[in-house]
Amino acid sequence: MAKLTIEDLKRIKEETAKSTYLRDGDANVKITVHMGTCGIAAGAREVMNALMEEMAAADRQDIRVVTSGCMGMCSSEPNVTVEIQKGEPIVYQLMDANKMRQVFKRHALLGEVQTEFTLAKM
Amino acid sequence: MRELSLHILDIAENGITAGADCIHILVEEARTADLLTIKIMDNGHGMPAEKIEKMTDPFVTSRTTRRVGLGLSLIATAAERCEGRLTVETEPDAGTKVKAIFRYSHIDRAPVGDMAATITTLIIGNPQIEFVYSHIIDGEEFTLDTRELKTEMGHLSLTNPVVIHHLTASIRNSLGQLTANNGP
Repeated sequence: MAKLTIEDLKRIKEETAKSTYLRDGDANVKITVHMGTCGIAAGAREVMNALMEEMAAADRQDIRVVTSGCMGMCSSEPNVTVEIQKGEPIVYQLMDANKMRQVFKRHALLGEVQTEFTLAKM
Repeated sequence: MRELSLHILDIAENGITAGADCIHILVEEARTADLLTIKIMDNGHGMPAEKIEKMTDPFVTSRTTRRVGLGLSLIATAAERCEGRLTVETEPDAGTKVKAIFRYSHIDRAPVGDMAATITTLIIGNPQIEFVYSHIIDGEEFTLDTRELKTEMGHLSLTNPVVIHHLTASIRNSLGQLTANNGP
């Protein structure tokens, strides 16, 4: 029976030791990827993958990623919500991997809302 | 859905919504027997008896944000389309087992797809839930248990994006080897 090899786990540990990410630190930015049936069918998993890649590259310890269910606006899926500190949550619609990368770099990291992709302010 | 792994992600999310804290996922590709089996088992609060009969009816749903529920009906259709079927066993307060079988070589069978992405998406989005994932290809098995992983990783969190990034690559690599070892 195959499992992840010891080398795999060792390598993951070593690579991660270089990063400064702390899960328990205070999160200033919260990014929610909506993962209902509708979101998944529309490509939410690929959006999540792109987000994880950007997160790994950015190495910022104050950003938290969570998933949630459908918001009831299935025709605008994949939806992503970005909340910075106590600001208003911004909901993005019809996301894909590239839009997610842009929103992460401009909005989550620099605070510039990408209005061309937004659905609404909640 | 384009991939069976997306159905798996969807059904696993159902289990989490049902209050499960541990989800078992099994994918078995038995190419000699021409059978593909997918099982998703959760220990959530189960479904009431009157719901089971109607569970693949898209107009029956426990959700409140809209009036149609599609998850189980979509996977049932995907299975039936290729001479397979969906069975669901559920027990109140014990959990739900969803099993879908497919004829492996059927022309309408969707590819299994990116299971690594499905598993790591589940892990990152639900750090409080344990996942046990087994993937068997022609009798050879790959397993991943987040409880073991957490012990192995010590103080490192499984939701650390760098861990997730490498974990995805490792799972993909292991599954690729499993397929290569058992090439037709």
